[in-house]
Amino acid sequence: MRSILPVLTVVAAILGIWLLAVIPMNMHLVADQGQRDGLVVQPETPAERQEFSGLGLAMRNPDLIPLTYNFKRPRLPSPQQVAGEMYDTIFGKKITSKRSLVYHGWVTLAPTLLGFVIGTGLGILLAVGIVYSRVMDRSVMPWAIVSQTIPILALAPMVIVVLGSMGIQGLFPKSLIAAYLSFFPVVVGMVKGLRSPSGMQLDLLRTYHASNTQGFWSLRLPASLPYLFASLKIGISASLVGTIVAELPTGARAGFGARMLVGDQYGQPLVSWAALFAAALTAAALVGLFSAIERITLKRMGMAAA
Amino acid sequence: MSEAQSVIRAKGLDLTFQTNDGPVHALKGVDLDIKQGDFVSFIGPSGCGKTTFLRVMADLEQPTGGEITVNGVTPEQARKARAYGYVFQAAGLYPWRTIGGNIRLPLEIMGVPKSEHAERVAKVLELVELSGFERKFPWQLSGGMQQRASIARALSFDADILLMDEPFGALDEIVRDHLNEQLLHLWERTQKTIAFVTHSIPEAVYLSTKIVVMSPRPGRITDVIESTLPRERPLEIRESPEFLAIAHRVREGLRAGHSDE
Repeated sequence: MRSILPVLTVVAAILGIWLLAVIPMNMHLVADQGQRDGLVVQPETPAERQEFSGLGLAMRNPDLIPLTYNFKRPRLPSPQQVAGEMYDTIFGKKITSKRSLVYHGWVTLAPTLLGFVIGTGLGILLAVGIVYSRVMDRSVMPWAIVSQTIPILALAPMVIVVLGSMGIQGLFPKSLIAAYLSFFPVVVGMVKGLRSPSGMQLDLLRTYHASNTQGFWSLRLPASLPYLFASLKIGISASLVGTIVAELPTGARAGFGARMLVGDQYGQPLVSWAALFAAALTAAALVGLFSAIERITLKRMGMAAA
Repeated sequence: MSEAQSVIRAKGLDLTFQTNDGPVHALKGVDLDIKQGDFVSFIGPSGCGKTTFLRVMADLEQPTGGEITVNGVTPEQARKARAYGYVFQAAGLYPWRTIGGNIRLPLEIMGVPKSEHAERVAKVLELVELSGFERKFPWQLSGGMQQRASIARALSFDADILLMDEPFGALDEIVRDHLNEQLLHLWERTQKTIAFVTHSIPEAVYLSTKIVVMSPRPGRITDVIESTLPRERPLEIRESPEFLAIAHRVREGLRAGHSDE
């Protein structure tokens, strides 16, 4: 609770910068439009106005400033415009409507969650293999690292197109991209977590003549949980990014990614911005959910949250 | 006790670690015989191989020469037969298990029937005077109590041998006195054979029936002192001339080991 004040301060600062930036960013557009609507604008021709910066233009036409906050197709929409568009498309539309952000949100969320489950499962399996098998330690880890150096923006369209030509469409290809991004933090975190027991704790199990399986379930797995939760929080947001990226290049009709693209292509920046913020809020909610599960689990296990 | 059986017997035991700076002779030509029911302390400066020797008994290190038997068999066979309980320098309790859960850990691993768990946990908790703490988590206990819980864990499966590696080394003097007294009491009640590594002379003399003085580079035994103190030992015995005489001999042994260099 004590973190509320600093967080609010940062949010206020960002909002302040945003509000200030709206004026110069939209000033030229507003001046052009204002002239068409019969307002008096200084200077009078668009060519002359190009000589001025947005700020310079605003100082010459102070009465136009309020218009920059409510321009229909702004270069930078104002916060209240984005909030209004979000409210309208989240609460103002039926969730089955193609214009509802809730509908688009679910289209993105479903593959995100599926991909996250696949990625996490794969990541845990790989980590167990890496910890218990020397061969896997040597062979898998370098490839896991290389896999993350490939730009996902280049890879995603290829995967979608190849799978599409094989007749696989919809949820699964997007999940695959999401899994591809989320497995890596899980591998890294779980390898570290499974190796976190000290030599003394491993020696203790040896004095009990415990099997590898017993050691895994009684010591390594519980010891790795704090690391796993840290990875899950990174993994779930990476999954969401992966899904959105997978929606961008393929002409998807629905999903946050599709909304961002549509807004861009059809000159409706508000649509893009609303989708962007909805995606950010979704990611924050997912991370928050995992933080809560982490706190509860670790508390019940007698361990403080890492 | 004179006709007691040998429990641990070492003959010409060598252990050399290969390091980047060349070989390190952790143990060289170590001979020792520990009888059933003995309380044997190993004392010496760091690097004298006392912990290594204990780890060889526990099959946590492999000797590079000589012979050692535990209960008449190799340390590996003894370990697989769960012949000993090992207490480490740190308590090393699992933070996600309660005290009772930690004590049940070896029972679960060794496949002791579930029906016996509660009774065994209660018994060993009583032995280390921690009755009533079964449902507490480790962080709710002081360092000394955690170490007692780790001793209870080592006792829970009722092995005849207890190997203890500086179990009270990290605790303050007052707590340590109390735990020493408790340990003697426990030893008397359970009739276990205890091998105990320490670097405290009063602790070694107070606890032991036999004190093994070791010296470093190479790690070897310089003196073995059979204690003449009675088995019944109140804390005040540490003021007696007999006690001081043994402590003096231990100190001499340690000094002799050093002047050899």
